[in-house]
Amino acid sequence: MAAIKVHGYHASTLTVMVLCCLNEKEVEYELVLVDLPTGAHKKPEYLALNPFGVVPTIQDGDLTLYESRAIIRYLAKKFQGQGTNFLGSTLSEEALVYQWCEVEGQSFNPPALSIFSQIVFVPMRGGSTDEAAVEMNVEKLEKVLDIYEERLSKSKYLAGDFFSLADLQHLPCTHYLVNACGKGDLISSRKHVNAWWEDISSRPTWKINFT
Amino acid sequence: KPQHLALNPFGQIPVIQDGDFTLFESRAIAKYLAKKYMGQGTDLLGSTLTERALVEQWCEVEGQSFRGPAFSIIEQILLAPILGDSRDEEAVKISVEKVGKVLDVYEERLSKSKYLAGDFFSLADLQHLPYTHYLVNACGKGDLISSRKHVKAWWEDISSRPAWKKVAEKMKFK
Repeated sequence: MAAIKVHGYHASTLTVMVLCCLNEKEVEYELVLVDLPTGAHKKPEYLALNPFGVVPTIQDGDLTLYESRAIIRYLAKKFQGQGTNFLGSTLSEEALVYQWCEVEGQSFNPPALSIFSQIVFVPMRGGSTDEAAVEMNVEKLEKVLDIYEERLSKSKYLAGDFFSLADLQHLPCTHYLVNACGKGDLISSRKHVNAWWEDISSRPTWKINFT
Repeated sequence: KPQHLALNPFGQIPVIQDGDFTLFESRAIAKYLAKKYMGQGTDLLGSTLTERALVEQWCEVEGQSFRGPAFSIIEQILLAPILGDSRDEEAVKISVEKVGKVLDVYEERLSKSKYLAGDFFSLADLQHLPYTHYLVNACGKGDLISSRKHVKAWWEDISSRPAWKKVAEKMKFK
């Protein structure tokens, strides 16, 4: 059986999240480089795979699939019987996984990405960081993390006492916040969030992509 | 208020209670219902692993690319007056452009496929109903849809489903 192809970029945390998922599921893959710095993701060849021109996209036999959260969901289902079980064991547990996946996608990611964009991307493109925008998004994220703190004081991981897709989805953005934006205090100032972050970010399947 | 926050600490609606089980985030709720009641009513998840994956993909496109700018338009045109704020025309213009670009991709997709995930109505199409309804019927942005032949046909199809019409009739702010 041909290995799954992951079209992505080694420094794109969403690509790395998909690779981490594949590692957790003990599935072989081939990383096909999409060279973001040279605009490869906007060229016709790549747009034929993903018309939105973003990474990653996977090919598994005849299936071409994009949107990193949809990709990890597909992998979690396809390889349900092997490696880490990302979806819980019951219908209710799976629903809670999706609930916290949505929280990440709708409430955590937008302010976190805005912070990253202002602090890292904007200067990279020659602009200056909008500090007011950063402050506003930090405030939003603080409110979300206060809710996580409460949740994680009662539950080892977000969806329950098992590592799931919901936790995996937080790895990319939080990695940026802590390691590239100097916003690690958002995490370290919250006891349970900090313990959770140290746990999930020290999984070998994640760390291996950064050595 | 505390009673609602006890159900959903993010203070948002909707939340469902099914027996002992409480669940929030509308997309997660829709997925839970689609799974729990698989085998009755409309099959919203496709029939194979591959079809399911494409449903998830287009659900994510809605959540990550369509929803943001669509909501910005609704916020400025519909909500700002209710809250006593003035409309930010520049924000509307930027968001209309963004929605337009996303709908161009949809136009291409829907020229090859009756619905977003394939030739079957799915959660991915369903997820588009609420905001598109407001864009077309309350924000005067129907041209975003009607100017794109296949998007228009798709919208007319999905918005005329009885299950949708039943709830759309009641969509008015008091």
